[in-house]
Amino acid sequence: MNGFNVKFGFRDNFLDNLQPVDFLYHTRVSTNGCCASINALGLKHKELNDLLRETVLQGSTELVINNVFGQRYIGTRLFLPPEANKLHIEVNKFPGNDLGAFLNGHQIIVHGNAQDGVGNTMNSGEIIVHGRAGDVTAMSMRGGKIFIRDNVGYRTAIHMKEYREKVPVLVVGGTAQDFLGEYMAGGIVLLLGLNLQQGEPHRANYIGTGMHGGVIYLRGCLAEHQLGKEVGVLPPDDRDKANIDRYVREYCNHFGGNPDQILNERFQKLVPVSLRPYGQIYAY
Amino acid sequence: MYDYLLPEFIVERREDSCIRCRVCERQCANEVHLYDTELDRFFLSEKDCVGCQRCVALCPTGALYVHPRQADYRPNSSWTRDKMQNLKKQAATGGVILTGSGNDKPIRVYWDHLLLNASQVTNPSIDPLREPMELQTFLGRKPDTLKIEISAGKAKLASEMFPNVPVQIPLVFSAMSLGAISYPAFKSLAMAAKEAGVLFNTGEGGLPVEMRDEYADCAIVQCASGRFGVDLDYLNSARIIEIKIGQGAKPGIGGHLPGEKVSDYIAQTRMIPRGTDALSPAPQHDIYSIEDLSMLIYALKEATNYTKPVSVKIAAVHNVAAIASGIVRAGADIVAIDGIRGGTGAAPLATRDNVGIPLELALAAVDKRLRDEGIRNRCSVMAAGGIRSSADAIKAIALGADGVYIGTAALVAMGCTLCHKCYTGRCNWGICTQDPYLTKRLNPELTSQRLVNLLRSWSHEIQEMLGGLGVNAIESLRGNHEHLRGVGLEEWELNILGVKGAGE
Repeated sequence: MNGFNVKFGFRDNFLDNLQPVDFLYHTRVSTNGCCASINALGLKHKELNDLLRETVLQGSTELVINNVFGQRYIGTRLFLPPEANKLHIEVNKFPGNDLGAFLNGHQIIVHGNAQDGVGNTMNSGEIIVHGRAGDVTAMSMRGGKIFIRDNVGYRTAIHMKEYREKVPVLVVGGTAQDFLGEYMAGGIVLLLGLNLQQGEPHRANYIGTGMHGGVIYLRGCLAEHQLGKEVGVLPPDDRDKANIDRYVREYCNHFGGNPDQILNERFQKLVPVSLRPYGQIYAY
Repeated sequence: MYDYLLPEFIVERREDSCIRCRVCERQCANEVHLYDTELDRFFLSEKDCVGCQRCVALCPTGALYVHPRQADYRPNSSWTRDKMQNLKKQAATGGVILTGSGNDKPIRVYWDHLLLNASQVTNPSIDPLREPMELQTFLGRKPDTLKIEISAGKAKLASEMFPNVPVQIPLVFSAMSLGAISYPAFKSLAMAAKEAGVLFNTGEGGLPVEMRDEYADCAIVQCASGRFGVDLDYLNSARIIEIKIGQGAKPGIGGHLPGEKVSDYIAQTRMIPRGTDALSPAPQHDIYSIEDLSMLIYALKEATNYTKPVSVKIAAVHNVAAIASGIVRAGADIVAIDGIRGGTGAAPLATRDNVGIPLELALAAVDKRLRDEGIRNRCSVMAAGGIRSSADAIKAIALGADGVYIGTAALVAMGCTLCHKCYTGRCNWGICTQDPYLTKRLNPELTSQRLVNLLRSWSHEIQEMLGGLGVNAIESLRGNHEHLRGVGLEEWELNILGVKGAGE
């Protein structure tokens, strides 16, 4: 509250009544060498991220965060010199939105479900979710890898892009909702459909609408009407097969399962029909 | 297909003055002038002339005269020449008509209907040449109250303070991205901002890495729907981060930088492959509500460790006041409002000319709403879109802006003549093009000096007008509608602007 204008009182859910980081560090963190265990129960997102930053500045490189319930932006604020020092972060329970947004090189493993915006504009690093993820997963992602064990929500991999040696990879074990790969400009998406019944099609419609780069590999069946106008379907060639093989094996390394059995099934490759889908709509 | 279009300009050459130096031929990227050596005469391709006046300005003997060719068709107030030409163009191509720069339609310019006050007898005016006159402005959220604790005889500030960025003059260069404008033009803005102690805005095209050491300190970087060039280094190098929701010239639509403009250098700054279209979707797909906006605002604050103000730029549209209130409640430190006369590198003509509302009305409505709700201190308000002179800028501040974005005015200072052909990529003035033959016409050392001169002259003029009002700090004018009076305005307009009619 601003103390003056009760009628239009302004409550800041994020920043009001924060606990000081020193206090939190002494009460919430237990360290053992370079490993730190953090109890996030009831913390606001800024408190938790203050605490993560402080813990890393104190020299920890392996973090285990317990009792995470909805705290946002885990990993975002850990942009610290020296860049070479990559962190390993384990999240137990349920992180909030924008997990690993703008992530730069760290590895985050989630034992639970993730919400919206996983890996938003991620630059490098790795996010592994033992569960499902919400909408706009891997939005505008430019590099690194994301593995989701189960399903993802709407507009997954929207505007994913690639740049020189940076090619982002998203592997989803289940299926996705509408607008998968919309506006996609680069990178690799692998949709395995492991939780679909035999013959059950993927759920998404408008797959790859406005896509102008990158590739989506899809295991399982799909009807023509589920694809966006800007997408073409091809059988995978040898290079695609090598990619699929590699990332399916990585997926099974993280979550278990038999890679050969998964690879046995037919894969389809979705690519943009044009690199310039909207080049012809203007009069110059 | 034959397009049946008539030339828009007449090019006249005074043969007795022309010395056949062929400057006009070399300067015109549209190839309007063509010299035949054998016949020793110039041929004209008038239909390609865009009226940018480059050849006229550079002709050493003043032999050229380019003027609009207005009434070829039978005069008609409803079916104007523009409308008919556009219909023919669309019939020939089936395409969306593009245009560049800002709205040129006769929508009321309220600046011209607002007049400033001056001190007479009852209040002394101030002479800024001999007395201090403060123009410095701080952009960012201010605390609700100032708490001061006194212990052991020493006063200490107890309120939490938020990151603020000072500008020496409340004038900031608008968002113009590298890619939309040329590298020399972009660099000129950066150099001028640095020298004048103000800021420039990189737009959403990224900030080249080699410019960061020197110019990041005066940069506002944008995070827009394409997220081009956005990484933690980019965000952390800047002074302010701006989330671009909309643009006054094209509210509600995204941007397409065509693949042919994505050169190696542009690709590198935007972090995309060379030659692919840089598509900015119309919405930011992680923002479908005020709550989602809040999520991105705090993501950016987290990414920069809460050290930088976050700005949100919206186009002036209906209900802008309620939207601005939501933006402030979402946690933005700065709200930028871009009016219908804001410029662009490329926009569909139909959108540019018909979507949005004038800045003046939007600005007054936003300022009033934020005051009424008691949250005006939580943000700075930036006004953008069609600020043509120091007088417009000072009126914007009196209507409630903290600072003013200038885009088109800066381009004109660099040489732009508002030919509205920015989207063709063949800007003869070297501003809105990536063609190296054209871009080298701008020398950042000289052009930045022109921009600094512009800022200096505006700041002198603002000081003079402030002195006349009898105030010695720009803060005293901010949101002070008592210093404004309207002429030729209807009652509803006066009400929205919150000013009295002249004579009252």
